Amino acid sequence: MSETLDKPALNIVGTRPIRPDGADKVTGRAAYGADHSMPGQLVGKILRSPHAHARIVSIDTSKARAVPGVKAIITASDFPDLASEVLEGGEQASNLRDLSLNVMARDKALYHGHAVAAVAAASSEAADEALARIKVTYEVLPHVLDVEPAMAADAPLLHAHLFTEGLEAKATAPSNIAKRHRNVRGDPEGAFAAAEVTVEGRYTTQAVHQGYIEPHATVAAWAEDGRCEVWSSSQGQFMVRTYCARILGIEISDIRVTPAEIGGGFGGKTTVYLEPVALALSRASGHPVKIVMSREDVFRATGPTSGSVMHVKLGASADGTITSAHVDLKFQAGAFPGSPVGAACMTALACYDIANFSIVGWDVVTNTPKVAAYRAPGAPIAAFAVESAMDELARKLGMDPIALREKNAVRNGTKAAYGPTFQNIGYLETLAAIRDSEHYKSPLGPNQGRGVAVGFWFNVGGESTAAVNIGEDGSAVVVTGNPDIGGSRASMAMMAAETLGVPVDRVRPIIGDTASIGYSMLTGGSRTTFATGMAVVQAAEKVILDLRQRTAKLWDVSLDHVVWRMGQAECTDPAKPDKKPMTLAALAAQSARTGGPISAQVSLNAQGAGPGFGVHLCDLEVDPETGHVTVVRYTAAQDVGKAIHPAYVEGQIQGGVAQGVGWALNEAYIFDRQGLMENPGFLDYRMPVASDLPMLDTIMVEVPNPAHPFGAKGVGEVPIVPPLAAVANALRGAIGVRIPHLPLSPPVVLEALDSKAE
Amino acid sequence: MSKTHVTTTVNGDTAEFLASPGMTLLDALRDELGLTGAKEGCGSGDCGACSVMLDGRLVCSCLVLAPEVEGRRVETIEGMAQGGQLHPLQQKFLEHAALQCGFCTPGLLVASKALLDANPDPTETEARYWLAGNLCRCTGYDKIIRAVMDAAAELRQERTA
Amino acid sequence: MARVTLGSECWPFTNGQSDFDIEAATVRDVIAALDARFPGLGAFADKRMAFAIDGVIHQDAWFSAVGPDSEVYLIPKIGGG
Ligand code: FES
Ligand code: FES
Repeated sequence: MSETLDKPALNIVGTRPIRPDGADKVTGRAAYGADHSMPGQLVGKILRSPHAHARIVSIDTSKARAVPGVKAIITASDFPDLASEVLEGGEQASNLRDLSLNVMARDKALYHGHAVAAVAAASSEAADEALARIKVTYEVLPHVLDVEPAMAADAPLLHAHLFTEGLEAKATAPSNIAKRHRNVRGDPEGAFAAAEVTVEGRYTTQAVHQGYIEPHATVAAWAEDGRCEVWSSSQGQFMVRTYCARILGIEISDIRVTPAEIGGGFGGKTTVYLEPVALALSRASGHPVKIVMSREDVFRATGPTSGSVMHVKLGASADGTITSAHVDLKFQAGAFPGSPVGAACMTALACYDIANFSIVGWDVVTNTPKVAAYRAPGAPIAAFAVESAMDELARKLGMDPIALREKNAVRNGTKAAYGPTFQNIGYLETLAAIRDSEHYKSPLGPNQGRGVAVGFWFNVGGESTAAVNIGEDGSAVVVTGNPDIGGSRASMAMMAAETLGVPVDRVRPIIGDTASIGYSMLTGGSRTTFATGMAVVQAAEKVILDLRQRTAKLWDVSLDHVVWRMGQAECTDPAKPDKKPMTLAALAAQSARTGGPISAQVSLNAQGAGPGFGVHLCDLEVDPETGHVTVVRYTAAQDVGKAIHPAYVEGQIQGGVAQGVGWALNEAYIFDRQGLMENPGFLDYRMPVASDLPMLDTIMVEVPNPAHPFGAKGVGEVPIVPPLAAVANALRGAIGVRIPHLPLSPPVVLEALDSKAE
Repeated sequence: MSKTHVTTTVNGDTAEFLASPGMTLLDALRDELGLTGAKEGCGSGDCGACSVMLDGRLVCSCLVLAPEVEGRRVETIEGMAQGGQLHPLQQKFLEHAALQCGFCTPGLLVASKALLDANPDPTETEARYWLAGNLCRCTGYDKIIRAVMDAAAELRQERTA
Repeated sequence: MARVTLGSECWPFTNGQSDFDIEAATVRDVIAALDARFPGLGAFADKRMAFAIDGVIHQDAWFSAVGPDSEVYLIPKIGGG
């Protein structure tokens, strides 16, 4: 355990200072992806497939090139034809060839919206006209959208060379099933046979989008000497650099990526769509090129998360001990392998201590946009099925839903369903926080129902770099390599200030471009406050050591006799009672004479991110006339380790809940018979608005993570895991029947009410 | 395709630009006048990120054609802080942590100011319905609503003081 | 000896065998020992798997210490949103 944990009191960590980037963001000055321009830039636009599945027979660009103002047109032939290779550049391994084919289709368009060509022109009008004049000859192929039809033996094949991984016997024929995951413990069949109570159900969810309000945007320049500049909004400037370098076949050091302010990501900006295209257009045209997606492009061509078909069976003894579980998860991956079904399998039963289970997951390609990470990828989907089944089990047993979960809860020392043994988790405390809440004891009104659901996410650490540079006046600049999506700069400044012992407004946190700070993995997986925060604290500690060494020389005492307390060096040598404390500002003022600038950089690969658990409680009301569902009260409790900036921790929880409620009630990709997305806009893809939600109450449980200097655990992923089932369970309570299919939109609810009446 | 010369008032100052056919007020603000505070989240009037005031009325600037603002008065987020002083709404948004990514914030602030100009003492429900045209994907609206209600209270106090 | 358990992703290399006692002081030792027993498994585990040592997940961390009585569980690498 690090010393800082034993500090009697924290002065800054745990308080709620105003964020350092706040003034820029409330005045409109903050520059997001589309807010940056380069001199002489052209407008880049992308031609997208109008078909869900089609062979690209030919692309004729001659008429388009003749449009005045058009400076470049590119297709897949302007990119290297890459071999299949697992790339570790991002957070989750991705296949380089798939990545490049998703950026620009080569032989086949695999979904409605798949990029097939791009133009750069002097004006938006010229670019539009050029797009209209590119003649693509397609051979339309049969398509398949949903996961079960895609698994059928006679389904249209997306990839001729895709053979299922993870089977006992090697697959002999190609199929749309990319991978099977499996995890078995004990003897599930035997335990089911002996179970006194069983429940079983089939659950489905639809593809939903992360729904960040800022569309993807980039401006990129490829100079005559081969040096590239990219400005873009993403969750990781280093991720963009790696992917661009590999997709275009250029050197890492030739690309400098500057992170714009990012207008939301939620996992959806952990990959590239536009940057390699803008660079290729810039190379071809000799000008910087800016590309901004429309909202329609965002829906049609960037990653939603998977739609799914799931089957869950639970067996228990009469006292509520769950003795066996079976979970089968089929996930849409979109056009290329890589749905989050693996993580879904690992999280599905992570909250429960069950002796016998089998979990099977299927990763299935479909003619829909390639899925991208979405907050706790896979976990909310699996939790929807498992937590719905848990609710049914509680009803069948006549048990309180929290008591049932407490009875079967994992605790410290329990071997998790996904393998390792849990330590320092705060799940029972989080369950108790909801059980003991005023909300849980409050009565319900007419047409109202109450639902409980729980959720888990691993959280991750990983590679991060941070630098702390002290100015001559003793103020500090903290540089990190992680885009700030939700206020992480505030927590970086707070952790640095706490460690240095200076007021937080003496610390200015900034985010460096790829040329000015060491490598950092992208912002995602709830890793930034944990891992990058650790780098910040260690860099600040290095600065303190340097300051103590300098002071020891000044005072002619041993290093042990200089302690750093409250922002100043103090002498503890009894032989030197006359040494007055020296402040950071005083030491900084003479830094030239004591060894030069005071500055430290730390790069690390953080391990030991503590797993997080959330318990959610939802009350909703149903309008029996219209089937409209309104969430009337919501409380979310979560073990956060230690809240560095509690207001932003609450904000993460509230934001996750709102997204989860939207997923449960309204959001879904809708396709027509041709496989074209019918609702690529906010009018028809309906996300929650202010009038759809009540205040969202949060309870922060703090069971510290010993691996972090202040005890922090990842926060951002967990809160989207329970809401789907919490809402569905509440609806079950309100209307008396279970609707196992999302979204729970008014027509669906009305139909359920009608079927009950019959 | 000739361009139209447009003279208008933006945040109190005269502004001129050339509008190409089909150019929206949002495009004009962002691309011609360099005011990138208003954001484009959808371009179809569904997200409110582009909210500005036009002759004192709240509009989605992505739905207004640029030539329509000839001779009229446009107010944007860039004009909200006065003399280096944040507007109470801006201050309350910061104090309540009512933004995460901040992309929706300019639009929400402009819309909130329009609300409080029209109704200095809104109920929570009134505030929620007024702001229902402004999407925020990060916050779940809780802290935004609290910030607006708190700013309203402060502005009322300022008025009576 | 550390008790090493392989997630099902590794089983194709081991014919389904999942539990091993391995003499190892670091993650790299575990990888080397696995590769010696089942050629190819080392590289696969290194690229695709995370190592949960006594419940704490270590990814891409060759020098993370493995104790004499540690439980080491190989699970797929974790990403996130
Ligand atoms: S950009 Fe105008 S409403 Fe969305
Ligand atoms: S703060 Fe990100 S959309 Fe509102």
